Amino acid sequence: MSVLTPPRSAPSRKAARTRSARENFSGWANRHRKWLFAAPAMIFVGVLIVFPLAWTLYLSLTDSQGSVRAASEFVGVQNYLTVLSDVERFWPAVGRTLSFTGVALVCEVVLGMCIALLLWRPFRGEKWVRVAILLPLVATPVAVGMMWRLIFDPNIGFVNQLLGMVGIPAQPWLSGQDTALGTTIFMDVWQWTPMVVLILLAGLTSLSEEPDEAARMDGANAFQRFFFITLPLMMPTVIVAILLRGIDALKTFDILYATKGKGGGSFHEVETLNVYAYGLSFDYNQYGLSSAVLILFFMIIIGSMWLLTMRKKAVSK
Amino acid sequence: MTVLSENAEDTENTEPQTATAVPTKADRRRRKPAGTRAYKVFRVAALVAVVLFLIAPLFWMLLASFKTNVDIYDTGKSFFFTPTGENYANVLQRNNYFVFIFNSFWVAFVSTALSLVLGVPAAYAMSRFTMHRSALVVLMARVIPGVSLLVPWYYVFSNLKMVGGFEVLILSHMFVSLPLIVYIMMSYFDSLPLELEESAQVDGLTPIGAFRRITLPLSVSGIATAGILSFIFSWNNFMFALVLSGSKTKTLPVAIFDFVSYASIDWGGLMAAATVVTIPIMIIALFTQKYIVSGLTAGATKG
Repeated sequence: MSVLTPPRSAPSRKAARTRSARENFSGWANRHRKWLFAAPAMIFVGVLIVFPLAWTLYLSLTDSQGSVRAASEFVGVQNYLTVLSDVERFWPAVGRTLSFTGVALVCEVVLGMCIALLLWRPFRGEKWVRVAILLPLVATPVAVGMMWRLIFDPNIGFVNQLLGMVGIPAQPWLSGQDTALGTTIFMDVWQWTPMVVLILLAGLTSLSEEPDEAARMDGANAFQRFFFITLPLMMPTVIVAILLRGIDALKTFDILYATKGKGGGSFHEVETLNVYAYGLSFDYNQYGLSSAVLILFFMIIIGSMWLLTMRKKAVSK
Repeated sequence: MTVLSENAEDTENTEPQTATAVPTKADRRRRKPAGTRAYKVFRVAALVAVVLFLIAPLFWMLLASFKTNVDIYDTGKSFFFTPTGENYANVLQRNNYFVFIFNSFWVAFVSTALSLVLGVPAAYAMSRFTMHRSALVVLMARVIPGVSLLVPWYYVFSNLKMVGGFEVLILSHMFVSLPLIVYIMMSYFDSLPLELEESAQVDGLTPIGAFRRITLPLSVSGIATAGILSFIFSWNNFMFALVLSGSKTKTLPVAIFDFVSYASIDWGGLMAAATVVTIPIMIIALFTQKYIVSGLTAGATKG
């Protein structure tokens, strides 16, 4: 490299040799910079992903339990059959994962679009609203979970106090068997709607104004302009937001574990696939079964991503 | 996106179209009629509601952290009470939170720094040579459920006697940071024009020299964006630390989680602990707002 000059006191022949070696290396590095730059990161991620994934796949075909080190036998697809026929824990967990993700996504995208439209045109105090939007987004999910535990506490929580003022009886929220999942969805909406707002706002500000202007000239009202002009143009961005948020929502773990603990509560009220797999692995040490659950979970994630990407391609055309 | 596009404009003198298109767009935004009076009132009310909805819970957490447990149980003292710093004193002194704060900071800092070293050149190569398939490999890391990685990691690292050390935590957090950094930096490098590097090479710099002396200095704001976000995500990470940290390397999220495993919850202390975790991140967010927004929306508006 050109900046590294050899020390002056060195014998000249040796210096010449090191310089030419250095030039050779520099030439080699420049010629192969594509892989020289990309390889370290790819090897790092590859080793940390490919090997564990292969291992998970292998474990899912064995009866490994108790300790990964303990001897285990190859049982073929037995774990998958056990999991797929498990209507007590597995299928309800699938249902909760999908309904958590689905409901949270719909709320976040609809609310997010409304807020993004509110923020679209400049106004006074914009800066402070933007700060408020950022705060939930960066807050530590575990701390957020604890915060909501206090606010939704059936006895001392502020939400029930508020409801009491308007004469609505206290609700059990997180501790109720039927209300817990909805309450965690609410938390997710609170924390992640801002993310959707930011993405959609970036999309809105990059839109060209001409179609909107033209529709205004033709006498279209605000609703018509939104549904027939802005929304179709925004579809690719909306799908990106759904994609980014959806992956994370499917994998939600922190707030569920922080608010309901092991197994998603005593009746598994909020036990999603991720919480279920975590419990099987680290609370019950059923590695074979948990690996089968994880492989199925992974397939659900990849499948839904693939569907969305296809949809995005169709919309972009 | 604002940071990214501003920089692109600064450097994009070769393309006059963008330079002229931007001011007209801004003009038009300003000239646009702001709507009826009723809409204005509605808009202000809606914005106030949104801000309240987002801020009120955090404010409640902050209030509770200054209350004694007796006051927390007294619903008549929701807003009017004698503030006490006792919860913070308890949390910081008795529970060793300074150690956890240091652990969280150290893990987030080192994993971010190492991820930047690995990720920035990789993102550069992937952007310049359009290595989409390689990029996909790195981005897969964002999709895989963390639990499926934890079992093998735990096994390997406990055999290597590394569980409970900082190295494991840093490695596992890098696994989150690196894909994030590659993703953000790729879209940043995509927006940097090639011409500057090309002219630097015509002037006698090697390709790597051009990267180091031209592209990297131009990318400071992109690198800051990626670094800040990676730090925040690492600071907030819970699951990896829950399994891989030991008593000496426990990070703040795990420490808070442990707070509630006792029989009765010390709400005041818990809220003080939760505030201690979130405040540093929020202060960082306040000062680096622009970067965070540009990072979170990176690549979102491209087709």
